[in-house]
Amino acid sequence: MSAPTRARLARRRARILRERLIETVLFLAALVSVFTTVAIVYILVKESVVFFQSVSIVRFLTDTQWTPLFDDAHFGIMVLLSGTLTSAAVALAIAIPLGTVIAIYLSEFAAFKLREIAKPFLELLGGVPTIVYGYFALLFVTPLLQRIYPELPGFNLLSAGIVMGIMIIPYVSSISEDAMRAVPMSLREGSYAMGATRFQTAIKVVVPAAFSGIASAYILGISRAVGETMILAVAAGMQPNLTFNPLEPAATITAFIVQVALGDLPHGSTGYQTIFAAGLTLLLFTLACNIAGHVLRKRFREAY
Amino acid sequence: MKKDIQRRKRWDAIFALCGMVALMIGVLTFTALFVDMALDGVGRLSWEFFTNFPSRRPGQAGILSAWVGSTLVMLTTAFFAVPLGVAAGIYLEEYAAKNWITDLIEINITNLAGVPSIVYGLLALGLFVYQFGLGQSILAAGLTLALLILPVVIVATREAIRAIPQAIREGSYAVGATQWQTVRYHILPYSSAGILTGIIIGMARAIGETAPIITIGALTFIAFLPPAPLQADAPFLSFDWLMSPFTVMPIQMFNWTSRPEAAFHANAAAAGFVLVLMTLAMNGLAIWLRYRLRRNIKW
Repeated sequence: MSAPTRARLARRRARILRERLIETVLFLAALVSVFTTVAIVYILVKESVVFFQSVSIVRFLTDTQWTPLFDDAHFGIMVLLSGTLTSAAVALAIAIPLGTVIAIYLSEFAAFKLREIAKPFLELLGGVPTIVYGYFALLFVTPLLQRIYPELPGFNLLSAGIVMGIMIIPYVSSISEDAMRAVPMSLREGSYAMGATRFQTAIKVVVPAAFSGIASAYILGISRAVGETMILAVAAGMQPNLTFNPLEPAATITAFIVQVALGDLPHGSTGYQTIFAAGLTLLLFTLACNIAGHVLRKRFREAY
Repeated sequence: MKKDIQRRKRWDAIFALCGMVALMIGVLTFTALFVDMALDGVGRLSWEFFTNFPSRRPGQAGILSAWVGSTLVMLTTAFFAVPLGVAAGIYLEEYAAKNWITDLIEINITNLAGVPSIVYGLLALGLFVYQFGLGQSILAAGLTLALLILPVVIVATREAIRAIPQAIREGSYAVGATQWQTVRYHILPYSSAGILTGIIIGMARAIGETAPIITIGALTFIAFLPPAPLQADAPFLSFDWLMSPFTVMPIQMFNWTSRPEAAFHANAAAAGFVLVLMTLAMNGLAIWLRYRLRRNIKW
């Protein structure tokens, strides 16, 4: 083999090696997401296992008191769950109707110009930091509600839930709208040709055709509402309270974690481990939502 | 028959009105939020507000340590999230084979985007703060937020890359470029604006995140600054600030909001006003970039 050929082959080998190396580095970067999931599950399960060695799962699920930091400690997750579910229900009662109406309106009724302005605006609404929404709920919405209903306590699930609902509207509306816009024009034209109005077309043709996308938008909304933290920590109070009445103050799972993190609990104490058990509950709940959304998307997808 | 038609048209109009009203509720809430905060807080906005440390006296309290902390945490976040996110996006779009590992990675990214931010806080508390021994430092917070916005950066990178027509790649390969050369000289430059949009949106989200940073145990009252990154004598650069305790804007605002005195609420409003302006500016920039992009690029 001549010297130039050898040199060329050597360069070629170096090049292939470099390509391989780069691909490996990129692959490792992509694997970080897998590591993150594994790390989340590992940390939450590891600390929760220690927690469940001192508190039985049955007590965790059935006790009706949540006083992990008292001498007479009770660990009934139901108490925190009731606050979480009540506030999420209020939020969804706001976000789902308004988000759906906005999505139908923008997709089927509104002029192109209006949509071009409204969509970025909704996006901005979703970009406001949640702590700012918390401030708004505590110092604007609650006083406003107290004017209508004077007995409302300063901390309550209602105003936190309402503000949380408004925060979730952009998530629900933008995904639902995308789903509706993906419905082919020919379906609408068929409906119009039969003499249907825009409203009839929207309700009877477009919404059923886009159902899987709309359902997954709702589910995303639910998992946002359940995982929301700062609005509730600021405006709903941090008092554990087994209630389904939105007019009362109550702590949620997330607010409890914040409350514990704000104090200085020693690493390894039972109080420290409770937040991981609470976090695991939260993770399982949102995971169930994600899977449900995935199944819905698969099952009700209309392919065109 | 005529009546029927009229009735249906009426419903049409009623729904159009409902749509407008629903949209208006969103707009009005946003306006109320912004105006309320501006009215409460604007009296506190002054040069001193930005150059004073937090204080027990509300009239003298400022956000110096908060905005410096936010800036440093954001720098750390970007340092980790941008290369990792862009690299992962490139891998999934340009390199990944269609196999179970790729599926696993994709499912993971979708799932991570739906995990509540406070769970990332718990991850960081267990992993970064105690396992790695980073403590309540800027580095721990930056890493946490980097993991949090990673899905945003990855998804944006993938979408930007997917918009590039296959012909560009084929042209590059046809003149003998390797895969990496194609990515480096064609794919990355053409998708950079779209990637940048995703990075800005991710950073705007990170700067407003409160819950995960509270969870790792960031202090709420910090009356000192982290060591300066630039030093007077050699080697001029110092990374001591990475391990320093810190506070950030949203935590400072949370601290002031949760106090009973109304005077602190004015401080919270002022801090919130600055925070909202920052996130609005970043999101606005991203939306504008995307709009320009859609108009200018015609393949």
